[in-house]
Amino acid sequence: MKELTYDAVVIGGGAAGMAAARELDAAGCSCAIVEREERLGGILGQCIHNGFGLIEFNEELTGPEFAERMEERVRGTGVAVYTGATVMEVDAAPEIKSLFCYSASFGVIRLNARAIVLAMGCRERNRGNIRIPGDRPAGVYTAGLAQRLVNIEGFVPGRNVVVIGSGDIGLIMARRMSWIGCKVHAVVEILPYPSGLTRNIVQCLHDFGIPLYLSHLTTRIIGRERVEGVEITPIENGALMHEKSFVIPCDTVLLSVGLVPENELSKDAGVELNPMTNGPVVDSMLMTSVPGVFACGNVLHVHDLVDYVVEEAKRAGANVARWLKGERPQAEARIKAGPNVRYVAPSRADPSRDNKIYLRSLVVKNEASLEIRVNNRVVRTVKKAHIQPSEMLSVDLSRADLATCSGSPDPTVEIALA
Amino acid sequence: MSEELICITCPMGCRLKVDRRDDGTLSVTGNRCARGIKYAEEELLDPKRMVSATAKVSKPGAGLDAVSRVPVRTSVPCRKEAIGDLLADIYALTVDLPVARGQTLIQNWKGSGVDVLATRTLP
Repeated sequence: MKELTYDAVVIGGGAAGMAAARELDAAGCSCAIVEREERLGGILGQCIHNGFGLIEFNEELTGPEFAERMEERVRGTGVAVYTGATVMEVDAAPEIKSLFCYSASFGVIRLNARAIVLAMGCRERNRGNIRIPGDRPAGVYTAGLAQRLVNIEGFVPGRNVVVIGSGDIGLIMARRMSWIGCKVHAVVEILPYPSGLTRNIVQCLHDFGIPLYLSHLTTRIIGRERVEGVEITPIENGALMHEKSFVIPCDTVLLSVGLVPENELSKDAGVELNPMTNGPVVDSMLMTSVPGVFACGNVLHVHDLVDYVVEEAKRAGANVARWLKGERPQAEARIKAGPNVRYVAPSRADPSRDNKIYLRSLVVKNEASLEIRVNNRVVRTVKKAHIQPSEMLSVDLSRADLATCSGSPDPTVEIALA
Repeated sequence: MSEELICITCPMGCRLKVDRRDDGTLSVTGNRCARGIKYAEEELLDPKRMVSATAKVSKPGAGLDAVSRVPVRTSVPCRKEAIGDLLADIYALTVDLPVARGQTLIQNWKGSGVDVLATRTLP
């Protein structure tokens, strides 16, 4: 068995992993990326539409372009890259941690490191997760799987499509399927508002005259061998209106019903997870409950822009380098999700530094305000022109904001939206 | 007669109301900023979209990392009504490898000023 030792090993070679590894290298730490696919880039490779990179590269790029630009940055450094290698086991021992990787070209590799960066991304929720009743025919795909089939493999998964869920991948796929000559008959959303970005509703649905059924539940998938249709039932005042159910004939169902951080390895390493994000609980350095194990990107919480993933992962990489050099936060303040906030990440802030906090709203509102409260006292209010659950928000917690934390034994910062 | 539009310039999603004046110009209300007016004018007078798609690779390799499609995009937004024809021409392409990111696969498509570019490097 090949055995190699680095200061840090990054699990996952997508946008987060590449950004974290590059920061580690820049800070003088030896570092490796382990990626199970044959090439770096993660999900970006199949996201052939544009809209990426406005923050990171100051121009609008497609997913493959963004991935290649990131990869070029990594290739120009001392970062070791293992592609086609899957991490099967993590031993997160206190001093030296070990990862056991399986690779078709190298066999089993053991990578030792003082720090591990979790950057495994997320995966799609599927039919089982949302329990759609009915038959079990062929033709039911998650939207991301269909995206891979169409954009990478070059297969057309069906001709007459219904998209369940109005997440962005589903909307993007509604347009993609239309552009390859398929007919998209409907997008069905259980909530009274769409989960995707407004601009995607316009560009991907309105442009093609695709109806969006809000407050509608898919109550049955119909078909013996292949999908023949879906039964849709309106929801009025919280109740299913079975007498108003109707069937949309189709041969293909695409599911765009949310993403879940992929934390199997994290659990293996003994990392504590946050039930609101399904990602690790992390401190102000983005370190998990297991010392020396860090997390960033979609494995930590699902982001809606890759630019934010990179921003967070760069910070994680820099923090890991600081940690490897012996820096530890002195005293931290707990960060709590206040009214109308679904979650905050990270869960702790360092009052001696500036902190970046990401959060998601529970409500849709224009002209909203975000309140920072330290020990129940409002220290600052930030105006937000528009908030909605599908758009991640961020706030900078500065040293000045957190000044009143000192002198308090267990300081608490609460972020609230109104 | 007024038309309703949702501005997609930023995430605010302003609901615009647009009326055509007698001289052919537009009167826009409901916008929270100047970009809403520009969006409404482009959207009603000359709507355009960025187009992304994939083109066939002439001899896809074998093995785990074999790729049969190369992703492409337009260099600038394409007029909405021409997108169907543009896509047909992209799907009719056969791209020989190697291909470099940014390489022009179709130059100045039908004199429109729109180029079709590869968005991925394939050796």
